[in-house]
Order: sequence, then structure tokens, then C-alpha cells
Amino acid sequence: MISLHNVLMLSGVLFSLSVAGIFLNRKNVILLLMCIELMLLAVNFNFVAFSRQLGDLHGQIFVFFILTVAAAESAIGLAILVVLFRQRKSINVEQLDTMKG
Amino acid sequence: MSFTEILFYVFSAVLVVSALGVITARNPVYSALWLVFAFFNSAIIWMLLEAEFLAIILILVYVGAVMVLFLFVVMMLDIKVEELRAGFTRYAWLGLPIALLVIGEIGSVVWVKSQDDKALGLSSVASPAAYAADYSNTKALGQLLYTEYLYPLQLAASILLIAIVAAIVLTMRKRSGQKVQDIGAQISVKAKDRVRIVKVAAVQPETGNTVEGQS
Amino acid sequence: MENTLLVIVLAPLIAAILAGIFGRFIGRAGAHTVTILGVATACVLSILTLKQLVTGEAQNYYGNLYTWLVSDGVQMNVGFMVDRLTAMMMVVVTFVSLCVHVYTIGYMADDPGYQRFFSYISLFTFSMLMLVMSNNFMQLFFGWEAVGVVSYLLIGFWYTRPTAIFANLKAFLVNRVGDFGFVLGIAAVLYYTGSLDYREVFAAAHHAFAGKTMEIIPGYAWDAITVTCLLLFVGAMGKSAQMPLHVWLPDSMEGPTPISALIHAATMVTAGIFMVARMSPLFEMSETALNTVLIIGSCTAFFMGLLGLVNNDIKRVVAYSTLSQLGYMTVALGVSAYAGAVFHLMTHAFFKALLFLAAGSVIIGMHHEQDMRKMGNLRKYMPITYWTCLIGSLALIGFPGTSGFFSKDALIEAVSESHLPAARFAYYCVLSGVFITAFYSFRLVFMTFHGKERFDTSEAAHAHDSHAVADKHDDHTHGHDDHSHDDHAHDDHGHHGGVPHESPWVVTLPLVLLAIPSLFIGWFTIGPMLFGDYFGSAIVVEESHNVLGELAHEFHGSAGFVEHGITQLPFFLAMGGVFFAWLFYVKLTDVPGKIASAFSPLYKLFENKYFFDDVYFAVFAKGSRNLGQALWKVGDSIFIDGLLVNGSARAVGWFASVIRGIQTGRLYSYAFTMIIGLAVTLGWFVLHWLR
Repeated sequence: MISLHNVLMLSGVLFSLSVAGIFLNRKNVILLLMCIELMLLAVNFNFVAFSRQLGDLHGQIFVFFILTVAAAESAIGLAILVVLFRQRKSINVEQLDTMKG
Repeated sequence: MSFTEILFYVFSAVLVVSALGVITARNPVYSALWLVFAFFNSAIIWMLLEAEFLAIILILVYVGAVMVLFLFVVMMLDIKVEELRAGFTRYAWLGLPIALLVIGEIGSVVWVKSQDDKALGLSSVASPAAYAADYSNTKALGQLLYTEYLYPLQLAASILLIAIVAAIVLTMRKRSGQKVQDIGAQISVKAKDRVRIVKVAAVQPETGNTVEGQS
Repeated sequence: MENTLLVIVLAPLIAAILAGIFGRFIGRAGAHTVTILGVATACVLSILTLKQLVTGEAQNYYGNLYTWLVSDGVQMNVGFMVDRLTAMMMVVVTFVSLCVHVYTIGYMADDPGYQRFFSYISLFTFSMLMLVMSNNFMQLFFGWEAVGVVSYLLIGFWYTRPTAIFANLKAFLVNRVGDFGFVLGIAAVLYYTGSLDYREVFAAAHHAFAGKTMEIIPGYAWDAITVTCLLLFVGAMGKSAQMPLHVWLPDSMEGPTPISALIHAATMVTAGIFMVARMSPLFEMSETALNTVLIIGSCTAFFMGLLGLVNNDIKRVVAYSTLSQLGYMTVALGVSAYAGAVFHLMTHAFFKALLFLAAGSVIIGMHHEQDMRKMGNLRKYMPITYWTCLIGSLALIGFPGTSGFFSKDALIEAVSESHLPAARFAYYCVLSGVFITAFYSFRLVFMTFHGKERFDTSEAAHAHDSHAVADKHDDHTHGHDDHSHDDHAHDDHGHHGGVPHESPWVVTLPLVLLAIPSLFIGWFTIGPMLFGDYFGSAIVVEESHNVLGELAHEFHGSAGFVEHGITQLPFFLAMGGVFFAWLFYVKLTDVPGKIASAFSPLYKLFENKYFFDDVYFAVFAKGSRNLGQALWKVGDSIFIDGLLVNGSARAVGWFASVIRGIQTGRLYSYAFTMIIGLAVTLGWFVLHWLR
């Protein structure tokens, strides 16, 4: 059987990779969004793994809702991105500094 | 090491590689495709973890909808990739240690601390046996969702609706100079707005009187 | 008695209010009528009071009329203490004030501030009466400050002149120094005796001060009574213009001449002398204080007299003479001859007021010319002024038989009898002072009334080619008075140009009125006042200091005193002074110039008044200005404004600008921050929670 530790570790690695991804692709909003999806995936791994380990389906229900919310989030995030691009002709985060104090 | 475990390791390795691909790919399109690949791998691993419904959902929702949306946006927008790639490793000195730190921390929780029963108590829970052959993950989830989680399910549905509306509202453009029918205005029009009845005095032809005085 | 005293005090006050506040409605004539009536009432009632006290019809009055304030067991009352000392002062004050009131009608005839002036001098009379009649230290201090304020107002009466404003500010500031000491002295009295009432203080003084010491500088214990007396005397130094606080008095001559006579010669400046005489029970307890008083008095008497020799401004010569005479009085206080001091105060009040009023008369006659070098032979034009001025000068130099002779001779005798360590020094100072006094007095008389006519009778008389320091003041006088004065000349006398003329009767009448006591009062009063028991318990003298008591043995009536006086050194010195004045200023008129150039450093020293003004100006005025500037620049601008106010704002601004660096506005910065925060929190969780 797949050991819980292995799944948790895999999820940790995925999470760390997406963290590193945020640092590396800091300028590209689309990639930032993708990294966030990857993070959510890592989290979902945990839920699934614990759900199976504890024989409790509620964890999977949680994953279900997370997927729903993540889909909504992606949709709105991408919509915002499109509007943003229309306004600024760029999705470069470096140039999005109008909030600077 | 059972066959399941071998499969797990293989797909885990592929998953990690594809995740690396997501964050390092030169082109956002490749990144998106790497992410699709990662989702496929994840779905496989979830199947190994006997969460079949979620695995299918992941592929249907993520790969079928979200990632297509991503690809669509990436391709639609005229992105200057080189500019976005500039300074790619500039914050690597910060990001990599942080990533390693997070791995270390999670690892310490998972491997070191969990050995201690009092900490997480992971080892006290015995590894579960595989489900019976006639066990339906989808049915079990459905039973939960439509009974215990009915209201959250409705909420999730409305969230999705809101997301759809929001996305449309955000991205819809009104161009000036477009010729469109305003159906509401057409329907609500009244007769008096369209027809004007003018009373005109009758004129007797050839009576000798001029009409100048009236004009 | 009580009602009489109240009327004496309140009559001038009511007159002052009427003339001051309602002056516009009652007009010029109304103003002087009201004030003269008020002062005349006070004068008549004062004389009546004095008569009653002398004849024994009435006892010394002592009573509180009103309790102003009670604080911590200390009562602050308004009350009167009228004994013979007070009564004498009251008569002197009201009589001189009355003369000055009358004189002012003539002197200020053209001035636009006529009613204001009358209001001020009546107010002054009120304040001075409050001062002398007080029965406690608080009221004394009230009167003390009130006369100071009125003096300030009157010196700056012609407030459009910068010199007058400078002079009144100077008088005010210098008096602050004195008053500071005075207040501390009163505080010391209150501290040791627990009371402000004269009677209680004097009764308790011996017990309260006995053996007490105070340490102002730690490690140096001083006798409490000495410190108290010296502090009180600092107040007297300010008010009575003793060295080194004398600098304001010569400048106070910027004021109109009547107030120079009333305030800066006859009454206010003698308040210090009166105060010390009143405090004789305290001063008698400290020989150190008496010695200090003696030294300061003799220095003032001698050195200020010297300055009178070189001045050419007629009013300033009289002013230095006043300083010198105040020095004499202080010397008398120092040798415990309080009665002598008060006696000299009285005679001096008459003859010095006379001299000032005569000088004022000359100034009117000369069309507001004050420089004696532009006068001469006025005897011909102004006979009454000449004779009264001569009487005043004779009294001042102590010509046998005049009032000044009695007071001054007795005073010098008293100094020679004293056994105080400083008495020898004082004796030589006052002796040489006699010669100096005679010299400058008759220099004034000869320069003004004798010799050649040095004034210019043409219309150009007003265009002076001034060069002396004093003349600068004259120019201001003219700047202010020229037109009004010309009107005066045209309308009243028909004179044209600078021909001197005798003054109107309102001016000469006070001169005559003052000349009478200047001549005779000494003869009649020396016996009872100096050697009799006139003052009774008002003045206390220790047996070992009682110089007047010793002199009393040799006193055999006024005639005998005169007989004795003309064989003594002071008489010959005075005559010598007169002779040299005659020699230099009538006979050999070119000699003074030669002497001046021969001793030019000394002459410079005199002309610059020993550089007191310059030093004070450089040290105190400049110093405090610099200190103020430094405090403003460093304390206010840099520290408070710069550091505290703007500094805190700038610190907030700086901090914000630093913090703002964190707020890049870029999405990834926030994302990084969140992630780093997550990593740190996770680390903390791992390290602490999963132990």
C-alpha cells in the first residue's frame, strides 16, 4: 500500500515547487495563477491521503469543494487578467505598481 | 514493495518532473501543458489512493475546463515572453532556500515528528485495507453530498454561477458605434410616440377669400 | 482721624480719575481745577494732621481699613500708620505736589496732553501717599510700584520722542532690579517674622532674627538680618538712584520739568530714604548693612556730584545734583542719623523742587532751550526766576541760615561722629562733595543768569548747531514743541524770536512758595527734628549708633548752630566752590575749556558718566538681547520648532518613507512576503508546537 508519509512528502514537494515557481515567475501573472493551482493540488493531495488513511470521506468532499472554488477563482482571475491586459497591454507584474505608496 | 507502490513512485517522479516543467518552461503555453500533464499524473495517483471520483473530476474540471481556459487566455493575449522571462533567476537566491525550508519543515513534520506517537499520531492509525470490489466511491460521495452537504453544494453551485457572471461582466466590452436593436425600447414604445395627429382647418376652394389672414 | 486720612488719600485719586477718564468732558480748565482742588484738600488736611500730631491733640494713628487677602495666616491689609514721620512726609509730598500742579498750568499750557498730565501727577500723589502712609509691607510695595508706574508714564509723557521712550524703558528696567531685591527683602521679613505689619515685624524683629543665618550659597552662612536689610536696601538703591542703579535718573529728565521736580527730585526718589528710615529698627540690627549703605551713599554723593561739573544741560546738572544729595541722605542713613536723613529729605524736597521749577521756568523763558552755553545774563529778563533760583542754590550749597545749611551741616557732623568702619571714607566724600556741590550749583547760576548773553535773538535761534550729547535731546524737544511753542510766543507775549521773558504768574508763584521753606524751614525745625523728640518711636536708633544724640549735647539753638557752622570746614569749602565758579564762569571764561583739554581723559570719563551706561548697555542690554536671541535661535527655533515640532513630524515622515519602501505596489512582493511569513510560521510551529 502507498504509505501516508510518501503522499504527504509528495504533496510537500509539490507545494515547495510551486513556491519556488512563484519566486521564479514573479512577473507573469498567468504563471502565478498556475502555481497557485499547483499549490491547491498539493493541498488536495493531503486531503485525499488523509481521507483514505482515516477511511473518512469528508476529506474528499472537501477536495470537491476546493476544486469548485478553485475553478471559480481561475475563471475570475483570468477574466481580471484579460481586463488588465486590455488596459495595460501587458501582464507584467513589474509594471503593475500603481498601488505603490 | 508492491506493484501499487512502484506505480506510485513512478507517477510521483513524473508528477514532480512535470511540476518542475510548469515553473521552468520558457513559454506559458508549455507551462500550461506541463500543468495539464501534472493534473493527469495527479489523477492517476488519486486513483491509486482509491479516490476515483475526484480523479475523474480533476481531469474533467481542471484539464477540461480550467486548463483550457488558461491555454485560451495565454494564446489570446499577446504576451511578450522575453520581457516576462527577464530576470528569471533574480529572486532564486530567496525562492530556493524558502522552498527548501518549506520542504524541510514539512519533511520534519512528516518523517521526524510523526515517528513520535504523541505528535501527530500518524503511526497509531493502522494502514487501511483496500475497499471491497463492489465499493463505489462515487456513490458514497454522492450520498454524502446530497444529504449532509446539501447546502454547501448549493452554495458551491451559486459560487460557480457568480463566477460565470463575474467573468462575463469583467470581460464584456461595449464598443461605441455599434448598431444593435434595443428590444426593450421596441416593445415598450407607445402609439403616441410614433403617430402625431394634427388638426388642419378645412379650406374652401375658390371662395374668393384669402387664407393669408389665418396663416 | 481715619476719615481725614481716607480723604487725604482718595482726593487725589478721585481727581486723577476725573481728569484722566473724563478729561475730554471737563476740559483743560476743568482738569486742572479738579486736580488742584484734590491735592489742595490733601495738603490742607495733611498740615492739619501734622499740627494735631505735633501739638498732641491726636495720637499716632495705626489701623487697618480693609483686609485684602488672608493667606496661610498672613494678612494683607490696607491700612494706615500715621506718626510724625509719616505726617511730615505727607505734608512735603502734598505741598510740593500742589506747587507743581499750579506750576504745570503754565508749563504745559500748550501741550495736547494737558488733562493726561494732570491725571498722572494726581495719580502720583495718591500713590506716594499710599506709600508713606502704609502700615504694612504689602501696601508699601503697592505704593512703591505705583509711583514707579506713574514715573514710567511721565518720563515717557512725550511718547513720540524716541529718547523719551528709551529713558522711560530704562527707568523701568533699572527699577526692576531694585524692586526684585525689595520683594526678596519683604519675603525675607515675612519668612522670619511671619507678618507683614510694621508693628508686628518691628516688635518681633529682635527675637525673630536673633542668631539666624541663611545660606544662599551653600557653605556660606550669612546673617539673616544683614541679608534682609541689604535686600531691602537694594530696593531703595533702585528707587533712590544710588550707585550703581543710578543710571535711570539723569535720563528721566526726558520727562516734562514739573515731574522732574515732583517725582525725580522731591518725592519719589526719596521713597528709598523714607523706607530705610521707616525700617530703622531692622537696619539698626546689622552693622554690615549700615556700612554698605554708608559706602554706597558716599560714593553716590561724591562721584555723581563730579558729573554735575561737566554737564551743560541745565536739567541734567540739577539731576546730578539730586543724585549727589540722595547720596548725602543715604550717608546719613548709614551712620544711623535717620532723623538727619529725613530732615535733609525734607529741606531737599523744597529747594530741589524749587531749583527744578526754576530751571523749567528758564526753559520756558528760553523757548525750550536747555543748553546752558546758549544762556547768560538772564537775570535781566527773568528777575523772579533768578532770585528764587539763587535761593535754591544757596540752600543747596548750605549757605548759613538756609534750610540746606542746617540739614547738610548736621549731616556732615553726624558722619564725623560715627564710629562705623566706613565713616572716615564717607566723611571725606561728603566734605569734598560740599565743594563740588557749591561749584556746580553756582556754575549753573553764573552760566545761566550772569555773564554775556550767549543766546541768539534772531529767528534762527531754533536752528541749533548742536554737538554735545545733551543737545540731541534738545533737538527732539524742538521737533516736538516748535510749532506749539511759537504759537505760545505769538499769542501770549507778543515776543518774536528768542528773546527770553519772565514766566507767567502760575509759574513764578510756586517758585516763591517753595523759596520760603527753602530759606526758613531749617531754622525752625532743626531743633525738634534732629535733636528733639520729634520723631518719637517712629525712628529707632541703637544707643551705640546714636550720633545725633551726641551732637545734641553741643546744640544750643539754631543761631548757635549757624555761628558754629561758619567756623567749620564745610562752610569754607562751599564758599571756595562759589568763588571758583565765579572765577571760571564769570571772570576767566576760557579757563574751563583749558582745564578740560588739560585733563582730557578725566573729562572724557565724566562726559561719559564713568561709562556706566555703556557698560550696562554692552553687558545687560546687549547680553540679554544676545541671550534672548540665542534662546530664540537655539531653544526655540532649533530645539522646540526644529527638533520637537518639526522633528517629530520629520521623524514620522522619515519612518514612513522608509516603510514605504516595503510598499512596492508589486504583486509579487506581497506574495513573497506571504510565503516567507508562511515559512517562518511553519518553522515556529515545527519548533515549538511539535516538541
